[in-house]
Amino acid sequence: MATQQVITEEIRRIETDAAARVQGGQSPEVHPRRDYPPYRSSALRHPTQNLVKVDPEEVERYSPAFGHWDVSPLESDLTIAHRGEPLGERITVTGRVVDGDGRPVRGQLIELWQANSAGRYVHKRDQHPAPLDPNFTGVGRVITGEDGSYRFRTIKPGPYPWKNHTNAWRPAHVHFSLFGSQFTQRLVTQMYFPGDPLFALDPIYQSIVDPAARARLIGTYDHDTSVPDVSLGYRWDIVLTGPRSTWLEPEHADG
Amino acid sequence: MGDRVQTPSQTVGPFFHFGLEYDGSAQVVPGHYPGAIRLHGTVFDGGQAPVPDALLEIWQTDAAGLVSRERGSLLRNEFAFTGFGRAATNLGGEYAFTTVRPGTGFVTVAVFARGLSHHLFTRAYFDDGTGGGASDSLLASLPPSRRSTLLAMPDGDRSFRFDVRLQGDGETVFLEYS
Ligand SMILES: [Fe+2]
Repeated sequence: MATQQVITEEIRRIETDAAARVQGGQSPEVHPRRDYPPYRSSALRHPTQNLVKVDPEEVERYSPAFGHWDVSPLESDLTIAHRGEPLGERITVTGRVVDGDGRPVRGQLIELWQANSAGRYVHKRDQHPAPLDPNFTGVGRVITGEDGSYRFRTIKPGPYPWKNHTNAWRPAHVHFSLFGSQFTQRLVTQMYFPGDPLFALDPIYQSIVDPAARARLIGTYDHDTSVPDVSLGYRWDIVLTGPRSTWLEPEHADG
Repeated sequence: MGDRVQTPSQTVGPFFHFGLEYDGSAQVVPGHYPGAIRLHGTVFDGGQAPVPDALLEIWQTDAAGLVSRERGSLLRNEFAFTGFGRAATNLGGEYAFTTVRPGTGFVTVAVFARGLSHHLFTRAYFDDGTGGGASDSLLASLPPSRRSTLLAMPDGDRSFRFDVRLQGDGETVFLEYS
């Protein structure tokens, strides 16, 4: 297995090259690279042919519909799924989901899953020998409000080791799954916490080679969201732009 | 054009099952639904090895080609057709949905996996158009060797196979919406 130093050097080399391309006039890359050698398991799991450009068909301009009756309001509070209180730092994560024009993504499903405060997933394939918490599963769902807003109560997940290279640790993160108003806007991503010392070392986070793009995944500490004597608050807004056709006014949309 | 910048993707990782699977997520319709079919296959990596930690989502019209606006994609009931399904691969890299043949002739597929930093879109077509059935400008634009990667092939009674090859020989055509 590679050392952290080898991985970090690969990360830096790629970032330097990407920065030079932006200097040379290319637009910064918005998404992570699927072909990103420091993230070792990407090697055989990225396409080598170019993606084929298509206009979305009618059905693809719609998204699956989820109702408030699909999701209980209790599912947005990950701290009350069991009889006792989970261990860890209680937090609120809140924000808005909007499209490229800032219009709210209303009534859509957000799913969230995460490790517990010790960095352990409930998942049966998680081999990390950190303790499970009998009072924490780490799964939540919510339907966005009329203004695209969402709010989860949970505990701050711990960082955890993984097998990408020797001494590899993931920065603390919460997995998010989002639907826009069109299926083409589908997004699965991860939210991070400010100031994590593991950012520079993590090939998954660094697979987003543009620093400004990476920073969009970091929640902001928000004192107004903190609840006195109870929990700290983080704000994280999400933008689902989708393909060009979602940006056009209806009268210009092609079909 | 919008001025907000897209939030970047990150991999679904290896531990998504407990967060994203739910009862009936792979049953777009129950097996006894009129016209129910099985849409199944294997996800392969660039070394031709099955991918045991991939997640596929499908989104499609009903048999008449209508887009469902029916809610209840999570809480399945036997009667509402919502058009959405989600299935994880098993240790052999296999997935399976129960659904109907969409009136449009294709199902939109989103592929997520550990090691894949940004999901991939593709389409599974039930008809290549050569038999006089509905054709499609995307299929028509592709050379035959690539076109075949988008075809769900009948492989039994009411059963269709659609394998996904992430890389290399027979690599599936993946889409970028413009
Ligand atoms: Fe994770």
